[in-house]
Amino acid sequence: MPPIIQVEHLVKKFKDITAVNDVSFEVEEGEIFGFLGPNGAGKTTTINILCTLLKPTSGRAILNGFNVTTQQNQVRQSIGLVFQDPSLDDYISALENLQFHAFIYHVPPKLRQNRIEESLKMVELWERRNSIVKTYSGGMKRRLELARGLLHQPKVLFLDEPTLGLDPQTRNRLWEYILRLRQERKMTIFMTTHYMDEAENADRIAIIDHGHIVALDTPVTLKQQTGGDIIELKTANDELALAELKQRYQIEARHDGGGLSFEIANGDQFIPTLVTALSIKILSISLRRPTLDDVFLKLTGRQLRDQEAGAREILKDQMRPMRR
Amino acid sequence: MAELRGIYIIWYRELLRLYRNKTRIFGAIAFPLLFLLVFGGGLSRTIGSLQPGVNYAKFMFPGVIGQAVLMTAFMSGVSIVWDREFGFLKEVLVAPVSRSAVVLGKILGGASIAMFQGLLVLAFYPVVGLNLNAIQIFKLLPLMLLVACALGSLGILIASRMKSMESFQIVMQTTIFPMIFLSGAFFPVGNLPSWLNALVKINPVTYAIAPIRQLLLSRVEIASASSGSTITLSLYGHPMSIGEEAAIVFGFGIVMTGLSIWAFSLPE
Repeated sequence: MPPIIQVEHLVKKFKDITAVNDVSFEVEEGEIFGFLGPNGAGKTTTINILCTLLKPTSGRAILNGFNVTTQQNQVRQSIGLVFQDPSLDDYISALENLQFHAFIYHVPPKLRQNRIEESLKMVELWERRNSIVKTYSGGMKRRLELARGLLHQPKVLFLDEPTLGLDPQTRNRLWEYILRLRQERKMTIFMTTHYMDEAENADRIAIIDHGHIVALDTPVTLKQQTGGDIIELKTANDELALAELKQRYQIEARHDGGGLSFEIANGDQFIPTLVTALSIKILSISLRRPTLDDVFLKLTGRQLRDQEAGAREILKDQMRPMRR
Repeated sequence: MAELRGIYIIWYRELLRLYRNKTRIFGAIAFPLLFLLVFGGGLSRTIGSLQPGVNYAKFMFPGVIGQAVLMTAFMSGVSIVWDREFGFLKEVLVAPVSRSAVVLGKILGGASIAMFQGLLVLAFYPVVGLNLNAIQIFKLLPLMLLVACALGSLGILIASRMKSMESFQIVMQTTIFPMIFLSGAFFPVGNLPSWLNALVKINPVTYAIAPIRQLLLSRVEIASASSGSTITLSLYGHPMSIGEEAAIVFGFGIVMTGLSIWAFSLPE
Protein backbone atom coordinates (compact mmCIF):
# COMPACT_ATOMS: atom_id res chain seq x y z
CA MET A 1 0.00 0.00 0.00
CA PRO A 2 1.47 3.42 -0.90
CA PRO A 3 1.92 5.87 1.97
CA ILE A 4 -1.13 8.06 2.62
CA ILE A 5 1.02 11.19 2.82
CA GLN A 6 4.20 11.70 0.81
CA VAL A 7 6.16 14.90 1.27
CA GLU A 8 9.19 15.53 -0.90
CA HIS A 9 11.63 18.40 -0.42
CA LEU A 10 9.00 20.79 0.77
CA VAL A 11 10.07 24.43 1.11
CA LYS A 12 7.99 27.40 2.19
CA LYS A 13 9.41 30.91 2.32
CA PHE A 14 7.65 33.99 3.64
CA LYS A 15 9.48 37.06 2.38
CA ASP A 16 12.77 36.73 4.26
CA ILE A 17 11.89 33.80 6.53
CA THR A 18 12.18 30.18 5.50
CA ALA A 19 9.51 28.51 7.62
CA VAL A 20 9.86 25.05 6.11
CA ASN A 21 13.25 24.14 4.73
CA ASP A 22 13.52 21.01 2.58
CA VAL A 23 11.25 18.71 4.56
CA SER A 24 10.64 15.14 3.34
CA PHE A 25 8.72 12.36 5.06
CA GLU A 26 6.06 9.72 4.54
CA VAL A 27 3.08 8.75 6.67
CA GLU A 28 1.62 5.26 6.45
CA GLU A 29 -2.10 4.67 6.47
CA GLY A 30 -3.50 4.11 9.94
CA GLU A 31 -0.58 5.52 11.87
CA ILE A 32 -0.44 8.36 14.35
CA PHE A 33 2.28 10.63 13.10
CA GLY A 34 3.52 13.43 15.32
CA PHE A 35 5.30 16.65 14.58
CA LEU A 36 7.17 17.76 17.67
CA GLY A 37 8.98 21.05 17.94
CA PRO A 38 8.96 24.46 19.58
CA ASN A 39 6.59 27.20 18.47
CA GLY A 40 7.73 28.68 15.21
CA ALA A 41 9.53 25.52 14.09
CA GLY A 42 7.37 25.17 10.98
CA LYS A 43 4.77 22.68 12.20
CA THR A 44 1.69 24.71 11.40
CA THR A 45 3.12 25.89 8.09
CA THR A 46 3.59 22.27 7.04
CA ILE A 47 0.02 21.42 8.06
CA ASN A 48 -1.30 24.46 6.21
CA ILE A 49 0.44 23.28 3.05
CA LEU A 50 -0.89 19.74 3.45
CA CYS A 51 -4.45 20.98 3.95
CA THR A 52 -4.25 23.31 0.89
CA LEU A 53 -4.33 26.59 2.81
CA LEU A 54 -0.82 27.51 1.66
CA LYS A 55 1.08 26.86 -1.53
CA PRO A 56 4.62 25.54 -1.09
CA THR A 57 7.47 27.60 -2.53
CA SER A 58 8.91 24.38 -3.91
CA GLY A 59 8.65 20.65 -3.36
CA ARG A 60 5.71 18.32 -3.60
CA ALA A 61 3.13 16.81 -1.28
CA ILE A 62 0.76 13.97 -2.12
CA LEU A 63 -2.13 13.12 0.17
CA ASN A 64 -4.39 10.12 -0.39
CA GLY A 65 -3.00 10.01 -3.95
CA PHE A 66 -3.85 13.66 -4.67
CA ASN A 67 -1.45 16.53 -5.17
CA VAL A 68 -2.08 19.25 -2.57
CA THR A 69 -1.42 22.10 -4.99
CA THR A 70 -3.19 20.86 -8.10
CA GLN A 71 -6.01 18.69 -6.75
CA GLN A 72 -7.17 20.83 -3.88
CA ASN A 73 -10.81 19.76 -3.78
CA GLN A 74 -9.97 16.05 -3.68
CA VAL A 75 -7.42 16.68 -0.93
CA ARG A 76 -9.90 18.76 1.06
CA GLN A 77 -12.49 16.01 0.80
CA SER A 78 -9.92 13.52 2.16
CA ILE A 79 -8.97 15.40 5.30
CA GLY A 80 -10.47 16.53 8.58
CA LEU A 81 -8.96 19.29 10.66
CA VAL A 82 -8.83 20.48 14.21
CA PHE A 83 -6.96 23.77 14.24
CA GLN A 84 -5.06 25.27 17.12
CA ASP A 85 -7.35 28.30 17.07
CA PRO A 86 -11.12 27.85 17.24
CA SER A 87 -12.86 27.76 13.86
CA LEU A 88 -16.51 27.35 14.82
CA ASP A 89 -19.38 29.70 14.10
CA ASP A 90 -20.06 30.93 17.62
CA TYR A 91 -23.44 32.42 16.84
CA ILE A 92 -25.23 29.29 15.69
CA SER A 93 -25.84 26.02 17.52
CA ALA A 94 -23.50 23.04 17.63
CA LEU A 95 -25.95 21.08 15.52
CA GLU A 96 -26.08 23.82 12.89
CA ASN A 97 -22.29 23.94 12.75
CA LEU A 98 -22.24 20.21 12.04
CA GLN A 99 -25.08 20.45 9.50
CA PHE A 100 -23.14 23.11 7.64
CA HIS A 101 -20.08 20.89 7.62
CA ALA A 102 -21.94 17.74 6.54
CA PHE A 103 -23.56 19.61 3.67
CA ILE A 104 -20.44 21.31 2.40
CA TYR A 105 -18.50 18.02 2.56
CA HIS A 106 -21.17 16.18 0.55
CA VAL A 107 -22.24 13.75 3.26
CA PRO A 108 -25.27 12.04 1.65
CA PRO A 109 -28.55 13.38 3.09
CA LYS A 110 -29.61 9.93 4.33
CA LEU A 111 -26.48 9.52 6.40
CA ARG A 112 -26.25 13.08 7.74
CA GLN A 113 -28.48 12.76 10.79
CA ASN A 114 -26.87 9.50 11.91
CA ARG A 115 -23.33 10.70 11.46
CA ILE A 116 -23.99 13.92 13.33
CA GLU A 117 -25.62 12.07 16.19
CA GLU A 118 -22.81 9.52 16.32
CA SER A 119 -20.01 12.07 16.43
CA LEU A 120 -21.76 14.31 18.92
CA LYS A 121 -22.36 11.34 21.20
CA MET A 122 -18.75 10.29 20.92
CA VAL A 123 -17.54 13.62 22.27
CA GLU A 124 -20.43 13.69 24.77
CA LEU A 125 -22.06 16.83 23.44
CA TRP A 126 -25.31 15.32 22.14
CA GLU A 127 -27.28 16.70 25.08
CA ARG A 128 -25.99 20.18 24.33
CA ARG A 129 -26.50 20.03 20.56
CA ASN A 130 -28.98 22.88 20.42
CA SER A 131 -26.93 25.31 22.50
CA ILE A 132 -25.35 28.25 20.74
CA VAL A 133 -21.63 27.52 20.51
CA LYS A 134 -20.79 30.81 22.21
CA THR A 135 -22.01 29.30 25.47
CA TYR A 136 -19.54 26.39 25.25
CA SER A 137 -16.33 26.23 27.27
CA GLY A 138 -12.95 26.01 25.53
CA GLY A 139 -12.78 22.26 26.02
CA MET A 140 -16.30 21.70 24.69
CA LYS A 141 -15.49 23.74 21.60
CA ARG A 142 -12.42 21.67 20.91
CA ARG A 143 -14.45 18.47 21.32
CA LEU A 144 -17.07 19.84 18.94
CA GLU A 145 -14.36 20.61 16.42
CA LEU A 146 -13.11 17.06 16.72
CA ALA A 147 -16.65 15.76 16.12
CA ARG A 148 -16.98 18.05 13.12
CA GLY A 149 -13.64 16.95 11.67
CA LEU A 150 -14.89 13.35 11.66
CA LEU A 151 -18.29 13.87 10.04
CA HIS A 152 -17.20 13.23 6.48
CA GLN A 153 -15.03 10.27 7.54
CA PRO A 154 -11.75 11.70 6.32
CA LYS A 155 -8.81 9.47 5.48
CA VAL A 156 -6.46 11.73 7.43
CA LEU A 157 -7.30 13.72 10.52
CA PHE A 158 -5.04 16.71 11.19
CA LEU A 159 -4.73 17.85 14.76
CA ASP A 160 -2.77 21.07 15.08
CA GLU A 161 -1.89 21.48 18.75
CA PRO A 162 -5.27 19.95 19.59
CA THR A 163 -4.99 20.41 23.32
CA LEU A 164 -3.38 23.85 23.45
CA GLY A 165 -4.88 25.87 26.26
CA LEU A 166 -6.94 23.00 27.65
CA ASP A 167 -6.77 21.78 31.22
CA PRO A 168 -5.12 18.38 31.83
CA GLN A 169 -8.42 16.61 32.42
CA THR A 170 -9.89 17.78 29.12
CA ARG A 171 -6.65 16.93 27.37
CA ASN A 172 -6.87 13.38 28.61
CA ARG A 173 -10.49 13.09 27.53
CA LEU A 174 -9.65 14.37 24.06
CA TRP A 175 -6.85 11.85 23.77
CA GLU A 176 -9.17 9.04 24.78
CA TYR A 177 -11.42 9.93 21.84
CA ILE A 178 -8.50 10.19 19.45
CA LEU A 179 -7.02 6.86 20.42
CA ARG A 180 -10.44 5.23 20.16
CA LEU A 181 -10.84 6.62 16.67
CA ARG A 182 -7.66 5.10 15.53
CA GLN A 183 -8.61 1.78 17.02
CA GLU A 184 -12.14 1.72 15.63
CA ARG A 185 -11.65 3.33 12.24
CA LYS A 186 -7.98 2.83 11.42
CA MET A 187 -7.85 6.51 10.65
CA THR A 188 -4.52 8.16 9.94
CA ILE A 189 -3.81 10.94 12.40
CA PHE A 190 -1.31 13.69 11.77
CA MET A 191 -0.70 15.88 14.77
CA THR A 192 1.57 18.65 15.87
CA THR A 193 2.37 19.39 19.44
CA HIS A 194 4.96 20.93 21.64
CA TYR A 195 3.89 18.86 24.64
CA MET A 196 6.29 15.95 24.84
CA ASP A 197 3.95 13.74 26.86
CA GLU A 198 1.37 14.16 24.13
CA ALA A 199 3.86 13.25 21.44
CA GLU A 200 4.38 9.91 23.23
CA ASN A 201 0.98 8.84 21.86
CA ALA A 202 2.32 8.87 18.33
CA ASP A 203 3.60 5.81 16.49
CA ARG A 204 6.31 7.86 14.90
CA ILE A 205 7.57 11.33 15.63
CA ALA A 206 9.34 13.84 13.46
CA ILE A 207 11.28 16.33 15.54
CA ILE A 208 11.29 19.63 13.72
CA ASP A 209 13.39 22.69 14.48
CA HIS A 210 13.94 25.83 12.40
CA GLY A 211 12.08 24.28 9.49
CA HIS A 212 14.21 21.12 9.41
CA ILE A 213 13.37 17.59 10.45
CA VAL A 214 16.22 16.73 12.81
CA ALA A 215 15.01 13.22 13.70
CA LEU A 216 12.21 10.88 12.70
CA ASP A 217 11.51 7.63 14.51
CA THR A 218 9.34 5.89 17.08
CA PRO A 219 9.30 7.54 20.51
CA VAL A 220 11.10 4.53 22.03
CA THR A 221 13.94 4.56 19.50
CA LEU A 222 14.30 8.30 19.79
CA LYS A 223 14.65 8.05 23.53
CA GLN A 224 17.24 5.32 23.25
CA GLN A 225 19.41 7.78 21.33
CA THR A 226 19.97 9.79 24.47
CA GLY A 227 22.32 7.19 25.87
CA GLY A 228 20.30 5.85 28.77
CA ASP A 229 19.14 7.27 32.05
CA ILE A 230 19.58 10.79 33.19
CA ILE A 231 21.17 11.49 36.54
CA GLU A 232 20.74 14.89 38.12
CA LEU A 233 23.17 15.77 40.81
CA LYS A 234 23.71 18.58 43.30
CA THR A 235 27.00 18.81 45.11
CA ALA A 236 28.84 21.15 47.47
CA ASN A 237 31.04 22.22 44.56
CA ASP A 238 29.67 21.55 41.09
CA GLU A 239 32.82 22.71 39.28
CA LEU A 240 35.03 20.22 41.09
CA ALA A 241 32.43 17.49 40.69
CA LEU A 242 32.26 18.16 36.96
CA ALA A 243 36.03 17.78 36.67
CA GLU A 244 36.10 14.66 38.79
CA LEU A 245 33.31 12.99 36.77
CA LYS A 246 35.22 13.65 33.61
CA GLN A 247 38.54 12.48 35.02
CA ARG A 248 37.35 9.39 36.80
CA TYR A 249 34.44 8.14 34.59
CA GLN A 250 34.92 10.03 31.29
CA ILE A 251 31.45 11.48 31.81
CA GLU A 252 30.65 14.82 30.18
CA ALA A 253 28.21 16.37 32.61
CA ARG A 254 26.31 19.61 31.94
CA HIS A 255 25.28 22.45 34.18
CA ASP A 256 21.55 22.09 34.35
CA GLY A 257 19.40 24.37 36.46
CA GLY A 258 20.96 24.49 39.90
CA GLY A 259 23.08 21.37 39.48
CA LEU A 260 24.70 18.92 37.08
CA SER A 261 23.17 16.34 34.81
CA PHE A 262 24.53 13.59 32.63
CA GLU A 263 23.37 10.52 30.77
CA ILE A 264 24.49 7.03 31.55
CA ALA A 265 23.36 3.51 30.77
CA ASN A 266 22.01 1.56 33.76
CA GLY A 267 21.98 4.65 35.93
CA ASP A 268 20.36 2.82 38.87
CA GLN A 269 23.50 0.69 39.25
CA PHE A 270 25.81 3.63 38.82
CA ILE A 271 24.35 5.71 41.65
CA PRO A 272 25.77 3.58 44.57
CA THR A 273 29.23 3.63 42.98
CA LEU A 274 29.09 7.36 42.52
CA VAL A 275 27.88 8.10 46.03
CA THR A 276 30.75 6.17 47.65
CA ALA A 277 33.47 7.20 45.25
CA LEU A 278 32.92 10.90 44.64
CA SER A 279 35.19 13.01 46.84
CA ILE A 280 32.88 16.04 46.79
CA LYS A 281 29.91 16.05 49.12
CA ILE A 282 26.67 15.14 47.33
CA LEU A 283 23.66 17.22 48.38
CA SER A 284 21.07 15.43 46.30
CA ILE A 285 20.91 12.90 43.53
CA SER A 286 18.07 11.71 41.30
CA LEU A 287 17.55 9.51 38.32
CA ARG A 288 14.91 9.65 35.61
CA ARG A 289 14.15 7.94 32.35
CA PRO A 290 14.82 10.02 29.24
CA THR A 291 11.92 12.00 27.78
CA LEU A 292 11.45 13.43 24.32
CA ASP A 293 12.51 16.72 25.81
CA ASP A 294 15.94 15.19 26.44
CA VAL A 295 16.00 13.94 22.86
CA PHE A 296 15.25 17.42 21.66
CA LEU A 297 17.91 18.89 23.93
CA LYS A 298 20.47 16.44 22.66
CA LEU A 299 19.61 17.09 19.01
CA THR A 300 19.34 20.85 19.11
CA GLY A 301 21.17 21.91 22.24
CA ARG A 302 18.05 23.66 23.49
CA GLN A 303 15.18 22.74 25.76
CA LEU A 304 11.88 22.22 24.04
CA ARG A 305 9.56 24.05 26.31
CA ASP A 306 11.20 26.87 28.18
CA GLN A 307 12.69 30.29 27.63
CA GLU A 308 11.91 30.99 23.99
CA ALA A 309 8.48 29.43 24.11
CA GLY A 310 7.38 32.08 26.56
CA ALA A 311 8.42 34.96 24.37
CA ARG A 312 7.02 33.39 21.23
CA GLU A 313 3.72 32.66 22.87
CA ILE A 314 3.24 36.36 23.48
CA LEU A 315 4.28 37.22 19.95
CA LYS A 316 1.96 34.59 18.59
CA ASP A 317 -0.99 36.04 20.49
CA GLN A 318 -0.31 39.42 18.99
CA MET A 319 0.03 37.96 15.53
CA ARG A 320 -3.11 35.91 15.86
CA PRO A 321 -5.53 38.13 13.93
CA MET A 322 -3.00 38.42 11.11
CA ARG A 323 -2.44 34.74 10.70
CA ARG A 324 -6.03 33.92 10.03
CA MET B 1 -23.78 21.34 -9.27
CA ALA B 2 -21.15 21.19 -6.55
CA GLU B 3 -20.68 24.93 -7.06
CA LEU B 4 -24.39 25.59 -6.58
CA ARG B 5 -24.41 23.53 -3.38
CA GLY B 6 -21.49 25.56 -2.11
CA ILE B 7 -23.18 28.85 -2.95
CA TYR B 8 -26.39 27.66 -1.36
CA ILE B 9 -24.87 26.63 1.98
CA ILE B 10 -22.83 29.83 2.30
CA TRP B 11 -25.96 31.85 1.49
CA TYR B 12 -28.00 29.82 3.96
CA ARG B 13 -25.55 30.44 6.77
CA GLU B 14 -25.72 34.21 6.23
CA LEU B 15 -29.49 34.08 6.67
CA LEU B 16 -29.24 31.73 9.63
CA ARG B 17 -26.89 34.15 11.34
CA LEU B 18 -29.32 37.00 10.79
CA TYR B 19 -32.13 34.88 12.20
CA ARG B 20 -30.01 34.13 15.28
CA ASN B 21 -29.18 37.77 15.78
CA LYS B 22 -32.43 39.55 15.04
CA THR B 23 -31.40 42.83 16.62
CA ARG B 24 -29.30 43.40 13.51
CA ILE B 25 -32.53 43.89 11.56
CA PHE B 26 -33.62 46.77 13.75
CA GLY B 27 -30.15 48.24 13.84
CA ALA B 28 -30.01 48.39 10.08
CA ILE B 29 -33.38 50.08 9.56
CA ALA B 30 -33.09 52.48 12.50
CA PHE B 31 -30.61 54.66 10.64
CA PRO B 32 -32.60 55.09 7.41
CA LEU B 33 -35.79 55.70 9.36
CA LEU B 34 -34.06 58.35 11.40
CA PHE B 35 -32.98 60.02 8.19
CA LEU B 36 -36.48 59.87 6.85
CA LEU B 37 -38.08 61.33 9.98
CA VAL B 38 -35.51 64.00 10.74
CA PHE B 39 -34.63 65.24 7.28
CA GLY B 40 -37.83 64.31 5.51
CA GLY B 41 -40.00 65.69 8.30
CA GLY B 42 -37.72 68.59 9.09
CA LEU B 43 -36.95 69.86 5.62
CA SER B 44 -40.18 69.18 3.74
CA ARG B 45 -41.83 72.32 5.03
CA THR B 46 -38.79 74.53 4.46
CA ILE B 47 -37.93 73.26 1.01
CA GLY B 48 -41.43 72.96 -0.31
CA SER B 49 -42.21 71.09 -3.50
CA LEU B 50 -39.29 70.12 -5.70
CA GLN B 51 -41.74 69.76 -8.53
CA PRO B 52 -45.51 69.55 -8.55
CA GLY B 53 -46.59 66.67 -6.37
CA VAL B 54 -43.11 65.85 -5.06
CA ASN B 55 -42.14 67.32 -1.72
CA TYR B 56 -38.77 66.65 -0.13
CA ALA B 57 -39.98 63.69 1.92
CA LYS B 58 -41.33 61.95 -1.16
CA PHE B 59 -38.16 62.79 -3.02
CA MET B 60 -35.81 61.37 -0.44
CA PHE B 61 -37.87 58.28 0.41
CA PRO B 62 -36.54 56.19 -2.51
CA GLY B 63 -33.06 57.46 -1.61
CA VAL B 64 -33.52 56.20 1.92
CA ILE B 65 -34.61 52.79 0.64
CA GLY B 66 -31.60 52.74 -1.64
CA GLN B 67 -29.34 53.75 1.19
CA ALA B 68 -30.70 50.98 3.43
CA VAL B 69 -30.20 48.37 0.72
CA LEU B 70 -26.72 49.57 -0.21
CA MET B 71 -25.46 49.91 3.33
CA THR B 72 -26.69 46.46 4.31
CA ALA B 73 -25.30 44.87 1.16
CA PHE B 74 -21.98 46.60 1.58
CA MET B 75 -21.85 45.66 5.25
CA SER B 76 -22.24 42.01 4.34
CA GLY B 77 -18.55 42.19 3.48
CA VAL B 78 -18.04 42.49 7.21
CA SER B 79 -19.06 38.86 7.59
CA ILE B 80 -15.86 37.81 5.77
CA VAL B 81 -13.73 39.94 8.07
CA TRP B 82 -15.70 38.64 11.01
CA ASP B 83 -15.25 35.02 9.94
CA ARG B 84 -11.56 35.60 9.49
CA GLU B 85 -11.18 37.20 12.89
CA PHE B 86 -13.13 34.49 14.68
CA GLY B 87 -11.59 31.62 12.77
CA PHE B 88 -14.63 30.25 10.96
CA LEU B 89 -13.22 31.33 7.61
CA LYS B 90 -10.65 28.54 7.95
CA GLU B 91 -13.40 25.95 8.11
CA VAL B 92 -14.75 27.38 4.84
CA LEU B 93 -11.36 27.66 3.18
CA VAL B 94 -10.39 24.03 3.75
CA ALA B 95 -13.82 22.75 2.71
CA PRO B 96 -14.19 21.17 -0.73
CA VAL B 97 -15.82 24.24 -2.21
CA SER B 98 -14.30 26.77 -4.60
CA ARG B 99 -13.36 30.30 -3.62
CA SER B 100 -15.78 31.68 -6.20
CA ALA B 101 -18.68 29.74 -4.66
CA VAL B 102 -17.82 31.26 -1.28
CA VAL B 103 -17.76 34.77 -2.74
CA LEU B 104 -21.03 34.32 -4.65
CA GLY B 105 -22.72 32.79 -1.61
CA LYS B 106 -21.62 35.72 0.52
CA ILE B 107 -22.78 38.27 -2.07
CA LEU B 108 -26.17 36.62 -2.48
CA GLY B 109 -26.56 36.18 1.27
CA GLY B 110 -25.84 39.85 1.88
CA ALA B 111 -28.09 40.87 -1.02
CA SER B 112 -31.00 38.82 0.30
CA ILE B 113 -30.71 40.45 3.68
CA ALA B 114 -30.37 43.86 2.02
CA MET B 115 -33.57 43.29 0.02
CA PHE B 116 -35.37 42.34 3.16
CA GLN B 117 -34.18 45.55 4.85
CA GLY B 118 -35.24 47.55 1.81
CA LEU B 119 -38.73 46.08 2.00
CA LEU B 120 -38.97 46.94 5.69
CA VAL B 121 -38.21 50.57 4.89
CA LEU B 122 -40.58 50.46 1.92
CA ALA B 123 -43.40 49.58 4.28
CA PHE B 124 -43.25 53.17 5.52
CA TYR B 125 -44.36 54.58 2.17
CA PRO B 126 -47.76 55.77 3.40
CA VAL B 127 -45.96 57.94 5.97
CA VAL B 128 -44.55 60.16 3.21
CA GLY B 129 -47.84 60.10 1.37
CA LEU B 130 -46.77 57.96 -1.56
CA ASN B 131 -49.14 55.83 -3.57
CA LEU B 132 -47.66 52.58 -4.77
CA ASN B 133 -49.24 49.77 -6.70
CA ALA B 134 -48.34 46.09 -6.74
CA ILE B 135 -46.58 46.33 -10.11
CA GLN B 136 -44.19 48.96 -8.82
CA ILE B 137 -43.33 46.87 -5.78
CA PHE B 138 -42.97 43.79 -7.93
CA LYS B 139 -40.56 45.63 -10.24
CA LEU B 140 -38.65 47.01 -7.30
CA LEU B 141 -37.62 43.55 -6.10
CA PRO B 142 -35.25 42.62 -8.95
CA LEU B 143 -33.95 46.18 -8.97
CA MET B 144 -33.09 45.99 -5.27
CA LEU B 145 -31.48 42.59 -5.78
CA LEU B 146 -29.35 43.99 -8.58
CA VAL B 147 -28.08 47.03 -6.70
CA ALA B 148 -27.56 44.95 -3.56
CA CYS B 149 -25.44 42.38 -5.43
CA ALA B 150 -23.41 45.10 -7.16
CA LEU B 151 -22.58 47.05 -4.00
CA GLY B 152 -22.31 43.87 -1.95
CA SER B 153 -19.57 42.65 -4.25
CA LEU B 154 -17.70 45.91 -3.69
CA GLY B 155 -17.98 45.26 0.05
CA ILE B 156 -16.69 41.71 -0.39
CA LEU B 157 -13.83 42.96 -2.55
CA ILE B 158 -12.69 45.33 0.18
CA ALA B 159 -13.27 42.78 2.94
CA SER B 160 -11.35 40.03 1.19
CA ARG B 161 -8.07 41.80 1.88
CA MET B 162 -8.96 43.18 5.32
CA LYS B 163 -7.60 41.57 8.44
CA SER B 164 -9.49 43.43 11.12
CA MET B 165 -12.92 44.86 11.77
CA GLU B 166 -11.44 48.25 12.57
CA SER B 167 -9.80 48.65 9.20
CA PHE B 168 -12.95 47.56 7.41
CA GLN B 169 -14.92 50.09 9.47
CA ILE B 170 -12.52 52.84 8.38
CA VAL B 171 -12.58 51.90 4.72
CA MET B 172 -16.33 51.72 4.88
CA GLN B 173 -16.65 55.19 6.28
CA THR B 174 -14.35 56.61 3.65
CA THR B 175 -15.97 54.71 0.77
CA ILE B 176 -19.63 54.01 1.21
CA PHE B 177 -20.67 57.20 3.02
CA PRO B 178 -19.21 59.55 0.38
CA MET B 179 -20.68 57.33 -2.31
CA ILE B 180 -24.15 57.54 -0.78
CA PHE B 181 -23.94 61.28 -0.13
CA LEU B 182 -22.71 61.94 -3.66
CA SER B 183 -25.39 59.79 -5.25
CA GLY B 184 -28.40 62.04 -5.23
CA ALA B 185 -30.04 59.95 -2.54
CA PHE B 186 -30.69 63.10 -0.51
CA PHE B 187 -30.66 65.93 -3.03
CA PRO B 188 -31.60 66.41 -6.68
CA VAL B 189 -28.56 66.19 -8.93
CA GLY B 190 -30.01 68.10 -11.88
CA ASN B 191 -28.44 71.45 -11.13
CA LEU B 192 -25.11 71.04 -9.35
CA PRO B 193 -21.80 72.89 -9.61
CA SER B 194 -19.73 71.19 -12.27
CA TRP B 195 -17.11 69.66 -9.93
CA LEU B 196 -19.85 68.12 -7.81
CA ASN B 197 -21.74 67.03 -10.90
CA ALA B 198 -18.66 65.20 -12.15
CA LEU B 199 -18.28 63.35 -8.85
CA VAL B 200 -21.95 62.43 -8.85
CA LYS B 201 -21.86 61.13 -12.41
CA ILE B 202 -18.82 58.88 -11.94
CA ASN B 203 -20.30 57.46 -8.75
CA PRO B 204 -21.87 54.05 -9.43
CA VAL B 205 -24.29 54.49 -6.54
CA THR B 206 -25.93 57.35 -8.47
CA TYR B 207 -27.12 54.81 -11.02
CA ALA B 208 -28.40 52.58 -8.26
CA ILE B 209 -30.47 55.28 -6.54
CA ALA B 210 -31.91 56.88 -9.68
CA PRO B 211 -33.86 53.87 -11.00
CA ILE B 212 -35.38 53.23 -7.57
CA ARG B 213 -36.59 56.80 -7.46
CA GLN B 214 -37.81 56.75 -11.01
CA LEU B 215 -39.75 53.59 -10.34
CA LEU B 216 -41.31 54.64 -7.05
CA LEU B 217 -42.21 58.14 -8.21
CA SER B 218 -43.26 57.08 -11.72
CA ARG B 219 -46.95 57.65 -11.10
CA VAL B 220 -46.33 61.07 -9.59
CA GLU B 221 -44.16 61.90 -12.56
CA ILE B 222 -46.86 60.98 -15.01
CA ALA B 223 -49.34 63.09 -13.11
CA SER B 224 -47.14 66.15 -13.19
CA ALA B 225 -45.63 65.45 -16.60
CA SER B 226 -43.08 68.16 -16.25
CA SER B 227 -39.98 68.67 -18.25
CA GLY B 228 -36.58 69.20 -16.59
CA SER B 229 -37.48 66.66 -14.00
CA THR B 230 -35.73 66.39 -10.64
CA ILE B 231 -36.53 62.70 -10.72
CA THR B 232 -34.97 61.50 -13.94
CA LEU B 233 -31.21 61.37 -14.12
CA SER B 234 -29.56 62.90 -17.19
CA LEU B 235 -26.18 61.99 -18.58
CA TYR B 236 -24.72 64.38 -21.18
CA GLY B 237 -28.17 65.81 -21.67
CA HIS B 238 -29.67 62.40 -22.27
CA PRO B 239 -32.43 61.43 -19.82
CA MET B 240 -31.65 57.90 -18.69
CA SER B 241 -34.18 55.11 -18.53
CA ILE B 242 -34.42 52.62 -15.71
CA GLY B 243 -33.01 49.97 -18.04
CA GLU B 244 -29.96 52.01 -18.90
CA GLU B 245 -29.22 52.77 -15.29
CA ALA B 246 -29.70 49.13 -14.35
CA ALA B 247 -27.29 48.15 -17.12
CA ILE B 248 -24.60 50.42 -15.66
CA VAL B 249 -25.14 48.96 -12.19
CA PHE B 250 -25.06 45.47 -13.67
CA GLY B 251 -21.77 46.15 -15.45
CA PHE B 252 -20.30 47.59 -12.27
CA GLY B 253 -21.49 44.54 -10.34
CA ILE B 254 -19.95 42.08 -12.80
CA VAL B 255 -16.58 43.82 -12.61
CA MET B 256 -16.69 43.98 -8.81
CA THR B 257 -17.74 40.34 -8.51
CA GLY B 258 -14.87 39.29 -10.78
CA LEU B 259 -12.42 41.36 -8.78
CA SER B 260 -13.66 40.06 -5.45
CA ILE B 261 -13.34 36.44 -6.58
CA TRP B 262 -9.82 37.21 -7.72
CA ALA B 263 -8.90 39.01 -4.50
CA PHE B 264 -10.43 36.32 -2.31
CA SER B 265 -8.55 33.58 -4.17
CA LEU B 266 -5.16 35.13 -3.49
CA PRO B 267 -3.27 33.21 -0.80
CA GLU B 268 -3.95 34.55 2.67
